[in-house]
Amino acid sequence: MIQLKINGQTHDLDVEDDAPLLWVIRDEVGLTGTKFGCGIAQCGACTVHIDGNAQRSCVTPVSSVVGKEITTIEGISANGNTPVQQAWIDHQVPQCGYCQSGMIMAVTALLKENPHPTDEDLANAITNICRCGTYPRIRSAVRELAQKAAAPVTTP
Amino acid sequence: MTIQMPSRRMILLGGLGVTGALVVGSVAYVAWPRSNIAEADALAAKPNERFINNWIKIAQDDTVTVVIPHCDMGTGIYTALPQMAAEELDADWTKVKVEAAPPDSIFANGPLGEGFILSTQNMTDQDLPAFARGMVSNTFRTLASFMNLQVTGGSSAVRATGVYGMRIAGAAAREMLIKAAAARWNVDPSACVTKASRVVHTASNRSFGFGQLVADAATYSPSASPRLKPKSEYTLVGKSIPRVDIPKKVNGTTNYGLDVVQPGMLYAALRIAPVFGGKLKSVDSGPINGKRGIVKTVRLDDAVVVVADRYWRARDAVAALDPQWDAQGNGAVTSGQIAARHDAALKGDDLKKDMNKGDGADALNRGRLVEATYNVPYLSHAPMEPLNATALWHDDGTLEVWSGTQDGLGSRAFCAKVANLGMDKVTFHLLPMGGGFGRRLPGYFNFLEHAVRTAMALPGKPVKLIYTRDQDMQHDYYRPNVTSRFRAALDAHGMPVAWLNDYTTDSGANNEAHIVYGIDNQALRTAKVETHIPTGPWRSVEASWHGFFIETFVDEMAHAANIDPVEYRRRLLKDAPRHLNVLNTVAEKAGWGSPLGPNRARGVAIFECFQTIVAHVAEITLGQGGVLKVDRVVTAVDAGMAVNPDGMKAQIEGGIIYGLSAALNQEITIDKGAVVQANFPDFEVVRLADCPQIEVHLLTSDAPLGGAGEPGVPPLAPAVANAVFSATGQRIRSLPLKNHNLTIAQR
Repeated sequence: MIQLKINGQTHDLDVEDDAPLLWVIRDEVGLTGTKFGCGIAQCGACTVHIDGNAQRSCVTPVSSVVGKEITTIEGISANGNTPVQQAWIDHQVPQCGYCQSGMIMAVTALLKENPHPTDEDLANAITNICRCGTYPRIRSAVRELAQKAAAPVTTP
Repeated sequence: MTIQMPSRRMILLGGLGVTGALVVGSVAYVAWPRSNIAEADALAAKPNERFINNWIKIAQDDTVTVVIPHCDMGTGIYTALPQMAAEELDADWTKVKVEAAPPDSIFANGPLGEGFILSTQNMTDQDLPAFARGMVSNTFRTLASFMNLQVTGGSSAVRATGVYGMRIAGAAAREMLIKAAAARWNVDPSACVTKASRVVHTASNRSFGFGQLVADAATYSPSASPRLKPKSEYTLVGKSIPRVDIPKKVNGTTNYGLDVVQPGMLYAALRIAPVFGGKLKSVDSGPINGKRGIVKTVRLDDAVVVVADRYWRARDAVAALDPQWDAQGNGAVTSGQIAARHDAALKGDDLKKDMNKGDGADALNRGRLVEATYNVPYLSHAPMEPLNATALWHDDGTLEVWSGTQDGLGSRAFCAKVANLGMDKVTFHLLPMGGGFGRRLPGYFNFLEHAVRTAMALPGKPVKLIYTRDQDMQHDYYRPNVTSRFRAALDAHGMPVAWLNDYTTDSGANNEAHIVYGIDNQALRTAKVETHIPTGPWRSVEASWHGFFIETFVDEMAHAANIDPVEYRRRLLKDAPRHLNVLNTVAEKAGWGSPLGPNRARGVAIFECFQTIVAHVAEITLGQGGVLKVDRVVTAVDAGMAVNPDGMKAQIEGGIIYGLSAALNQEITIDKGAVVQANFPDFEVVRLADCPQIEVHLLTSDAPLGGAGEPGVPPLAPAVANAVFSATGQRIRSLPLKNHNLTIAQR
């Protein structure tokens, strides 16, 4: 038995130590927002947060994340309205949408570390693949998020 | 290459549904080959079952539901098509909902009045099922040739379903509502108007909400020729309404084919004969016997499948097998051999005439000869969601299948054929796709066949079969490898008096080889080269290669004539005002001719496909050691008008990036009869770091609505290749660019 903490909930799972986290999340736990794209940590469709850091779950053995906080796209907000998700809607980012769970997880982790990323910071940090070609909108969405984060907090 | 599909025909119907809603729409049925007419008859004879096409349902609470006959692969049609329907209906957009049409909907709404039939040209009554004979309206014969009713491809959703389905159904429903209101008020229908889901009698300012009228409206038959709005009256079409599918795509709740969950579901992983057309000779399942979770090893004609209780167990188990394959004689084929066959075919004497204009090849000696030969490689589609399907062979001998494909009806028919069942024994659940790009069109359903055959070996168990990325890439139906040899004769002013193009094909002549440029004498010929490599439509189909060939060769002619490439094209397009406008716009917006910094250059290309004209200007930087970076792409587009301008821009941006990935880095090569590349490191795609700045300028013209998904692709590769020539003097005659001593920059 392996115990994993996913989106704040503890799951006792009867899986092998080297079972890939991606498939355990999808098929054992039943959270299908995290996607399979390449299986070799190239495309980032399977990105989740491990203790707040973006990590590609398709090559992550479950034994390596025991005792850590695992967060999936389902776990970042109850209503799909984090600033990143809202910016994705405002900038009409997704097309087929399949890569976007991974994109949003990767960008969310980046913004936590660096709230004001430049285009270059973004390009260096986010190597996820989108075949529909939503990069220009991702760039404009992140520019807005970086600016908002930079703006002084106003009180009514 | 044309996409072969069964033709579909449709009928406009209207009536009252069981829920008391007014239902107006067009029903489609698949016109299978003549021998299958009986099958269509059998289906239609069941009183309430029809293939559903596009429907508008108006409920008593004013809700308008637009039923979409296409599947969602990310192109925004779930917003653009309802926009078109709501526009003609004058519906309040806040009360419009959208639903996917199931590919086998049982339309149990009671008797409906049948208005007219949209049918294919030259169709006789004998081509129709009995229920529809004698109902053909000549008015709509030609329109139906556009109808591929559930196919999502060919950039067709808006320009076919939207223009000939959604608009007509919306307009017909509007007229029925007006008639109902006018009758209640005892006034002439012409005295009534519609606005925001209400019918208004202008003179008395009385009005009814649509919902109040549905019962009465259902008693009228839909008109065969409802009045359609002119563009000047549009209030919804032409607006960038936010896409309805996006909120579910940012929180992980869109359920793609891969996300299907069924009780007791098993998972299947497979190994497919590496050489196309190869067969499984034998496989010893000994190495995986007794491993955890393994349920069964299934031997198919061309594959071995392992079914397990979890996907990773199936995947690891099938990888541990050592299947023996029979390559069926193709086990030694290489890309080099295929290239040699292209050369031989083009030099041989078995070329077939595609088209001839003026004096054709006889005009070649009337000027200075320019010639060049080009080649593009095989390409994989590589959608983000690897191919997959879930199938359940029920104990009663019926079949149920779940998958994301570009044609629900075609998928249902395909699965029926694989299982040797009647259509009525097959249920197909069509799910959103994580990318299509042509890969999930009918004719290319190897993944459905593998899933259905696997399920047939495990009656009563739902089985989800998933290709690995390697299998997705190595068992595709590829963009063909094509070679094209051009010769042109330039007159004293450097303008072409003759244009000759001989090109290879693995099917037939290509419409997209035909040029818009005004050249008096032309000759096009095809050289057939067949291989065992399966090919299929890849985003923009034939235009993906002819766009590169034609637009690079025109650039070569301009250079030979010592004329600026934009100016040269202007002269050739003087009788093509829409093209000229697109070209002039892109040149102006890109600052064509203005100075650029050192090691920087621009290239231009223009191409029309799917009724949309697109021109790109690519700006590049060529750094030390041949490091190529595409900095900026400026684009002008004439698609007549954009139903949803922001959605169209997104599609053009996507086309640019899809085309750029291919132009810079991608090729599928063949060794030992099989594909060499397996995953993204060796089939690299553009990522954020190498994505250029993109500026899309949409133009409006009187032309019919053009497509959005595909037309951004073809002019991208030649624009970049022409920029490289401008920077280096090195002419790029084959793709990808990485094969030309260039390093592709990762910014």
